[in-house]
Amino acid sequence: MKISKFIFLFLILFSFNSLNANEDKLKTEITKNLRCLVCQGQSVYDSDSEFAVSLKLVVENKIQQGLTEDQIYKFLTDKYGEWILYDPKFNKNTYLLWFLPLLILLLGGAIIVKKLIKIKK
Amino acid sequence: MKKRIISFLIISSLIFAFVIFYKGLNKSSFYQPKSEIEEIPKFFAKTFYSKEDIDSQKFFKKDKYYLLNIWASWCVPCRDEHPILISLSENKNLDIIGLNYKDKISNAEKFLNELGNPYKEILLDQDGTRAIEWGAFGVPETFLIYQNRIVKKYIGPLNQNSFEEIEQTIR
Repeated sequence: MKISKFIFLFLILFSFNSLNANEDKLKTEITKNLRCLVCQGQSVYDSDSEFAVSLKLVVENKIQQGLTEDQIYKFLTDKYGEWILYDPKFNKNTYLLWFLPLLILLLGGAIIVKKLIKIKK
Repeated sequence: MKKRIISFLIISSLIFAFVIFYKGLNKSSFYQPKSEIEEIPKFFAKTFYSKEDIDSQKFFKKDKYYLLNIWASWCVPCRDEHPILISLSENKNLDIIGLNYKDKISNAEKFLNELGNPYKEILLDQDGTRAIEWGAFGVPETFLIYQNRIVKKYIGPLNQNSFEEIEQTIR
């Protein structure tokens, strides 16, 4: 009887721990993608400014309220604009940002292929 | 011919880079967030003196101008703008609400005793989360509110210009 109680207690503790670990992981992931607006150039995760400390708390609260990662980003971009995200969302203002590297890669590839064909000839 | 094209390309890209960097030098590197919030955010806070719980949605009345001022006793610019808040508090069309940001109550009381209290009510934000609901990222920040909407936002201390602007708006 005692052993089963002990196992039960152990299981409960263990499940709580894994839940917390998941929330912590999500919090880390989100705060690493947020720009600290006071000490620009640092992420909220890295910063210890008053703003960043409070923002970490807000993210934690929102996770506990059951908001998803995207919902938290939406909440923060409504308040601070797209700039607060290090990983900007794909929209009409950012499509060039997303496609330009690909375009340059294709252009570079085309130049190399053209040169190779020339050499073969 | 090929050499000329290459040198033209090099020179034009150098000029392009120069123009970009030159423009960048004159531009402020400090970004001020573009907040899209227009309405009063939802939050709960305790009041400074009576420690009552307040719901932001019920607190602000529709037919009145409010000035929400985020302040702290440790914030030096708040000291500079305080006389302006005191003069604005004499205007009957306006209620000034303070949001005391991450402050010790005893220090905040000292600050108010020394410089005067322009606030109709002070709300407490001891962990800084309410300021984030307002889209603020530092102290002081001030919001002019009418009909539950944010009419104007001032980042940093209020000055003579903002004082006149507020007086004009609420007249």
